[in-house]
Amino acid sequence: MNFREYKIGSRMFAVALGGSMCITLLLPSLDIASVDATAVSMDKQLTAGWETGWNLYDPLLLGHHKPLKVLLKTDPASGQPMEPTYAYVYEKGTPFASGVLHPDNLGRAKRLSIEVGKINEGRNLEGAVFLISTDDEKRPYIENATITKGWQPEAVLKTAGDENISHAGAGKTLFVREGCWWCHTLLPEQTQDWQVFGAPPMLGDFNGESPTAFGSDRKAPDLLHVGSRNSSREWMMLHFFNPRLVQPHSIMPRFDYLWGELDASGKKIDYDKWNEEFDAYREGKRDVPPDVPTYASNSEIRWLIDFVLNMK
Amino acid sequence: MFKYLLAKNEDIPPGSAAVYFGFSSIVWFVIGTGLGAFNAAKLAFPDFVHGLEFVSFGHMRQVHVHAVIFGWISMAFAMAMMYITPILGNTKLWSEKLGLWNCFLWNIGLSLGLTVLWAGMTSGREYSDFPWFIDLYISVFMAIPLGLNVWMTIINRRTQGIYTTNWFFAAATFMLIIVFIVGNLPEYFHLTGLTEAYLTWWFAHNVLGLWITPVAAAIAYYTIPKVTGNPLYSHRIGHLHFWSVVVFYSTPAAHHLMSAPLPEWLKSFASVEGVLILVPAIAFVSNILLTMEGKWHMFVENLEVRFTVTGALLAIPLNMQGGFQQTRAINWYIHGTGWIVAHAHLALLGFSTFMEVAAVYLGLQMILKRKLYSITLGNIHFWALLIGFTIYWVSMTIAGLIQGAGKIYEVPYIDVVIAEHPYMIARWLGGSLVFFGNIVWLYNMWMTARVGTVVPKGRMAHELAYER
Repeated sequence: MNFREYKIGSRMFAVALGGSMCITLLLPSLDIASVDATAVSMDKQLTAGWETGWNLYDPLLLGHHKPLKVLLKTDPASGQPMEPTYAYVYEKGTPFASGVLHPDNLGRAKRLSIEVGKINEGRNLEGAVFLISTDDEKRPYIENATITKGWQPEAVLKTAGDENISHAGAGKTLFVREGCWWCHTLLPEQTQDWQVFGAPPMLGDFNGESPTAFGSDRKAPDLLHVGSRNSSREWMMLHFFNPRLVQPHSIMPRFDYLWGELDASGKKIDYDKWNEEFDAYREGKRDVPPDVPTYASNSEIRWLIDFVLNMK
Repeated sequence: MFKYLLAKNEDIPPGSAAVYFGFSSIVWFVIGTGLGAFNAAKLAFPDFVHGLEFVSFGHMRQVHVHAVIFGWISMAFAMAMMYITPILGNTKLWSEKLGLWNCFLWNIGLSLGLTVLWAGMTSGREYSDFPWFIDLYISVFMAIPLGLNVWMTIINRRTQGIYTTNWFFAAATFMLIIVFIVGNLPEYFHLTGLTEAYLTWWFAHNVLGLWITPVAAAIAYYTIPKVTGNPLYSHRIGHLHFWSVVVFYSTPAAHHLMSAPLPEWLKSFASVEGVLILVPAIAFVSNILLTMEGKWHMFVENLEVRFTVTGALLAIPLNMQGGFQQTRAINWYIHGTGWIVAHAHLALLGFSTFMEVAAVYLGLQMILKRKLYSITLGNIHFWALLIGFTIYWVSMTIAGLIQGAGKIYEVPYIDVVIAEHPYMIARWLGGSLVFFGNIVWLYNMWMTARVGTVVPKGRMAHELAYER
């Protein structure tokens, strides 16, 4: 009895699978790698930082070591008023964004970002302030303002003040951790979608972002441009605490637990009492629902609301 | 089972690994469908259990998905490989001990991985949600040992050729390892942007197309000829099935991202390849149904045949949907809606689960040499699964069409949510029925192992009458 060795079959298998991987992995990756970063993608990656999924800097996904997006109206070096500008503040210990550490991500913006923006001169984890600047031809690039203008992270945060600091980066961590993207997509489709949810993203709008968290199963409105549709922090607060407060038919879960133990005035939040009063309201025994506690400025819900409002 | 982990390989009774994998898979099926039913309840009644981070929908959805894919489906596959591969090679499993350790480490790793996901430690990438240290564990301690056992058993076979089922087992375990390593490259090497998005769906597509679909089909190539006694209708159609899976099923990953700004050539290519998935699908279904010739009475009388043929019949709507829903003409309407959720459950809970259930029923009876404890409970299990799944599939398909219409006609989103509410309740009821059926199954298999009628050497369980 001859023992068949399947020599031809195994070679054909290698050719078939290898060929398939060539077409579906090698060719697309060459194509995608040549994409130039847009200003949108620079904003996204500088806002969210190095990585929003599981990573060694923030293994429990608590939103630690994330950059801050700051609205500056005063020059932190000279103290003079200036055009309102967004600065991305990386405090000591916060890893830099992908495009800064691997400028190849930026496509053609790499040259400007290095030559003019000096992004390769800052040291990772040592802290820096980044800006998105444009040259004379309106081409965007990333600038390390700590090198080019001498802006220090602490000084920028102090100049801006807490009300101008957005924790959108930490908020994206919560968006991923709490599974918001299981229902809310971040990808308006190339259909009539854009009339309600805004323009679909362009090629180059994702460079340096990880994870992209498009979502696939849309059980709720797309959020890519939600900050442009609804910019009310108060509405967001009510809606996150109990979505049924503002939309009786909503099936969104309550995110009241993101308020933590204490409210803005340092008082302990009594969730049981709130739930009892809300049930009484729902059953018609109260005329108004109970007040939603104002969140503390260092609560997780602030970060998440910052992230949602930042999606313009 | 634990006592054999440290025993000598030759002292371990043949089939131990398959029994261990088999019961593990049933337990994970109960857990996975229980989580699914719980999640479905939350979509129908959002205030059902609230205020705790660990039972919020966003923390539990991925636990359900991974419990059924890596717990139920993949462990049932491993169970089938542990007993079918050696039988078809007329030999013993290469290493029972490796099989037992494989199953032990599989349970440990999966429990760890699901705990991590439950806590919210996720990579944020659908289907490859596990953080990279869990991915590495899965490759090294779950996928590679399984493949090694299958390949070595086939290499050490005592038959001249290799039967169809074993081609698929050998190729699919290999492809799983490749897909798992390559698909998780974004996490190992921090790839970002569109590359990350594309590889996420490259993984998700191929883990289904090169692991779940071919192995489920391979199981049917074994169970139907084995139980009916008919030879496989056509070896050549089996060849067509195998090669078209490798060529056509491995290429359409980009059709999951038809509305993302990927290169257009890639989307068009993926879409055409996606339609060609009908080639392996038709080859498989026709081969199985033609093998049934003259034995269709067993479709009614025999539990394993009924499960397998139902699975093969469910593959018809599955592939009709799968082939065409990803084309641009249809995808724009149903993308991201409940239609896709229904389709995913048709693939995993319909087609592949029905194949695996048959393999686990058949394998446990063969290895334990005991006839199924109760055919009534077996029938209850079959109908609970079929009716529960059908309620789920129909309700989610309707919900998806409502969502699609809402998307195209710019209906305010909340009106879509209101319109979907009855179907969300139906989905929860269907899922709960599946969960209930699986509890019955676990009891039935447990009692089979304890008190099932002993099957004499050389006989098949279904040839015996029930004594009870």
